[in-house]
Formats: sequence, structure tokens, C-alpha cells
Amino acid sequence: MRYALLINERPGAYEGLSEDQRAAISAEYIALMKDERMLGGERLQPADTATTVRVQNGEPLLTDGPFADTKEIFGGFYIVEASDLDSALELAARIPAARFGGSVEVRPLVEL
Amino acid sequence: MLEEVFRDQWGRVFAALVSFLGDVGLAEEAAQEAFVIAAERWARDGLPDNPGAWLVVTGRNRAIDRLRRDRTRAEKTRLLDRPLPEEITMDETTIPDERLELFFMCCHPALATEAQVALTLRALGGLSTPEIARAFLVNDETMKRRLSRARNKIRAAAIPFAIPDEHLLPSRLSAVLAVLYLVFNQGYGDSRADLAAEAIRLGRTLLDLMPDEPEAAALLALMLLHDSRRAARVCDGEMILLQDQDRRLWNTAQLEEGRALLDRAVRSGASGTYTVQAAIAELQTEERIDWPAVAALYDRLRQLTGSAVVELNRAVAIAEVEGPRAALAIVDALHLDDYRYFHSTRAELLRRLGDTAAARAAYLGALDLATTEAERRFLSRRLAEL
Repeated sequence: MRYALLINERPGAYEGLSEDQRAAISAEYIALMKDERMLGGERLQPADTATTVRVQNGEPLLTDGPFADTKEIFGGFYIVEASDLDSALELAARIPAARFGGSVEVRPLVEL
Repeated sequence: MLEEVFRDQWGRVFAALVSFLGDVGLAEEAAQEAFVIAAERWARDGLPDNPGAWLVVTGRNRAIDRLRRDRTRAEKTRLLDRPLPEEITMDETTIPDERLELFFMCCHPALATEAQVALTLRALGGLSTPEIARAFLVNDETMKRRLSRARNKIRAAAIPFAIPDEHLLPSRLSAVLAVLYLVFNQGYGDSRADLAAEAIRLGRTLLDLMPDEPEAAALLALMLLHDSRRAARVCDGEMILLQDQDRRLWNTAQLEEGRALLDRAVRSGASGTYTVQAAIAELQTEERIDWPAVAALYDRLRQLTGSAVVELNRAVAIAEVEGPRAALAIVDALHLDDYRYFHSTRAELLRRLGDTAAARAAYLGALDLATTEAERRFLSRRLAEL
């Protein structure tokens, strides 16, 4: 079973942390990438670099910034191969964002 | 007679079919088909030697037939991971009891609580969808959707049909216990006795499957101790308080069983919320209630749960130990305005303190929130007696 782990971060969650603390968090993300269940993942640039596109009457309509202002901002994702939901949930719970005021949404992928 | 066999066998048969087919929806259809065939055949030919095995084998073979005809569906299940088996025949010893796996799957915390409850009643209790809908006061269509959404999530997200790993087990077990207690409480306080009986039946099954789990024993004890007083709790359509109940109406067999189970739980070191609640229920069945002990147990329970409702109950015990004034001080510090027993407890304490006007207002507040006719009658009489 493949799952997407969608990482939502609380803006400013890592502000005020020391260099060492930031390095420790980065190390956790690197360790996660080394897990054998990990198929891949990407980290997104900050939300203020986003452009949102809608198409109305065939015309693209652009908005500066993310789709909506929310308390959590989508910050990246992993794709994992896990035997069942419990295994995917175990990985999700290890993602640092989840304990820094953010959340991780676990969604199974459509298998064709 | 057949109905009894069906109820007894449903959970085991369903679990075996989920295990074999790897899909709850398919298992449900297969189990239903097997039971329909059984109803016809057994009425004519009598019971087979081993009804459970007969049902599992029949359900399996039906499902295989159906999958052969419908390959696209087969591809969505685990069945295509291995070659489709030929017609199966087997004896009982080869059919393992996998109801515990089924409990943990149905009560997986990735499912909403209401879905956990509905699935558990369907899969392990064998209740029909309309029966579950009636019990939870929603229409059939809503319950059907709730169940089908839950089955779909189990399939799509691969919620495991397995006993959780050691480190997950305590939290997963407490989810199962919470579902059973929820079912029990849904049937408590009104006439839906069948739900309480169902919860007790499921509690027995769970304890059979996990005999060394003290909290499972404690939960069953708690349910039995509460249920033993069912017949005495309402008289002529009016709610009767514990101290005024006719003890001859208590179910002594349930009471004794509940006490023995509590004893067993405590002796094996249980100290969780169900144990404490069962211990309180047990103390309250004594001829002379040891109120200081009840208050101390509520204090313990408050530490375990942090619940304001528990604190309200502790106040009731404190009223017996230190008097109504001390109890009222505890109650008035709580923020439970939407809770009917908050108002009725305050009313009772105010009445005892002789503050009739405040007591009247509080009884009216409770009456506003009362949910059953028996409660309303009780409160109305109290009001009239002021």
C-alpha cells in the first residue's frame, strides 16, 4: 500500500529555536528519509512564494499567495510504501512538524 | 432456536471470512448469503455437526464463486495475490477464532467513534443495519451510509485486521473498551435494554478472548453491576434513586458475577478507570454505603480522567460525609451548565440546606434538560414536594 503523508506546518513553529535544536530537527527528517518504507518526498518553499491559479471563462486568474489563509500551511509531503495503516501512522507520528503545532494527513494513494 | 445459533455464530463466521477474503464488504455479503442458505437448509435437514464451520465454508465458497464471475472486483481484494482456491471443505479445528482481530479493526482509532460503534455492533454483535439505526435514533439510510463509509475506509486505507503490536495494545484496547461502554450507556437510562444486554454480551466475548486483561474484566464487572439494578431503577414510570430502590428487584446473579469479576480484576493489579468505576458501583450495592470510601474512589477517578462529571459525583459522596454545604461548594465551582445532573444535584443540595427558592430554580433547570419521561416525573415530584 502506498500512502502520502501530507505535512502541514504551523507558521513560525521553528522561530526562537537554537541552531542546535534546528539541526536536531533536520536530522530527524533525514533519518525519516532513510527509512526503508520511504519512496520519496519533497519540501516546499514558504507559502509566500506561492501563486494560485483558477480558470474562469477559459482565462487563467492568478492570485498571489496560497489558496487560503489557514493556521497550518502545507509544507511538504512524503510518499511511503507501508504494509498497512498502522505502519504508515507510525512514520507520520515521527514527523517533527506534528509535534510543533502542525499536523500530518495520511492518505492512501489510488492504485491503478 | 436457529436465531440463537445465528447470533452465537455470526461474529466468528464474519471474522473468519474477513480474514480469508481480506475485505469487510465482501465478507459481509458472503456471511449474509451463508446465513440465508443455512436458514433454508437447516430448517429442512436439521443442524449440521458443526454449524460454525459449515457457515464459514459455505460463505467462502459463495464468495469464491462470485469472484470468479467478477474478476474486476476480485482484483480489488487480496484474493488475487494468491491463486483462487478450489472448493474448500474442512473440519472445525482448522477455523481459528479471529474475533479479537475483528474487534481491533472495527475499533481502530482512525475511524470516527460513531463508525466504530456501528461496525462493532454489525460485525461482532450481528445486529442488522436497521436495528443499529434504531438504537442510535438515526434513519436507516444514514446508518447505511455510515457503515459503508467505514467499510470503504478500512479497505482504502488498509486498516489492519490484526492484534496490535505490544506498544500500541494498551491504547487500542482502551478504544475497544470505550466502544463497548458507549453501547452500554446508550441502552442505560431508558428502555433500550437490548443494547445494554448486547454490550454485556460483547464484553463477555472480549474477556473470553483476552482473559488476562484486567480492565476487560473490570468493564464487564461495571456493566453487570449497573445492569443488575435495572429493574429497580424505574417504578411506575418514575426514576428511583439508589437509596430508595427496592433491593428485591436487583438481579442477584448479575450482582454476584459483577462482584467476582471486579475481585478478579483487582487481584490481577487493575487500577484503571473501569476498575475504579466498578469499585464505586460495588460499594453502592452494599446495605450500608461506605461514603468516605466512595468519595476517595471518585477522587482517584478524577485524577485519572480530569472529568468535571466525576467531580460532580464526588460532591454527592462528600454531601454524605461532610454535609451539603461542603458539597455545594464543589458543585458551584464546576462549569456544567448543559448537564442535567449538574442542576438536579445542585437542587438536591439546596433543598437539604433549606434554600427552597434556589432549589426550585435548579430543579426547573434540570427539568429543562431531562431526556426521559422517568426523569421528568421524578423531577416534577421533587419540585412539587418543595
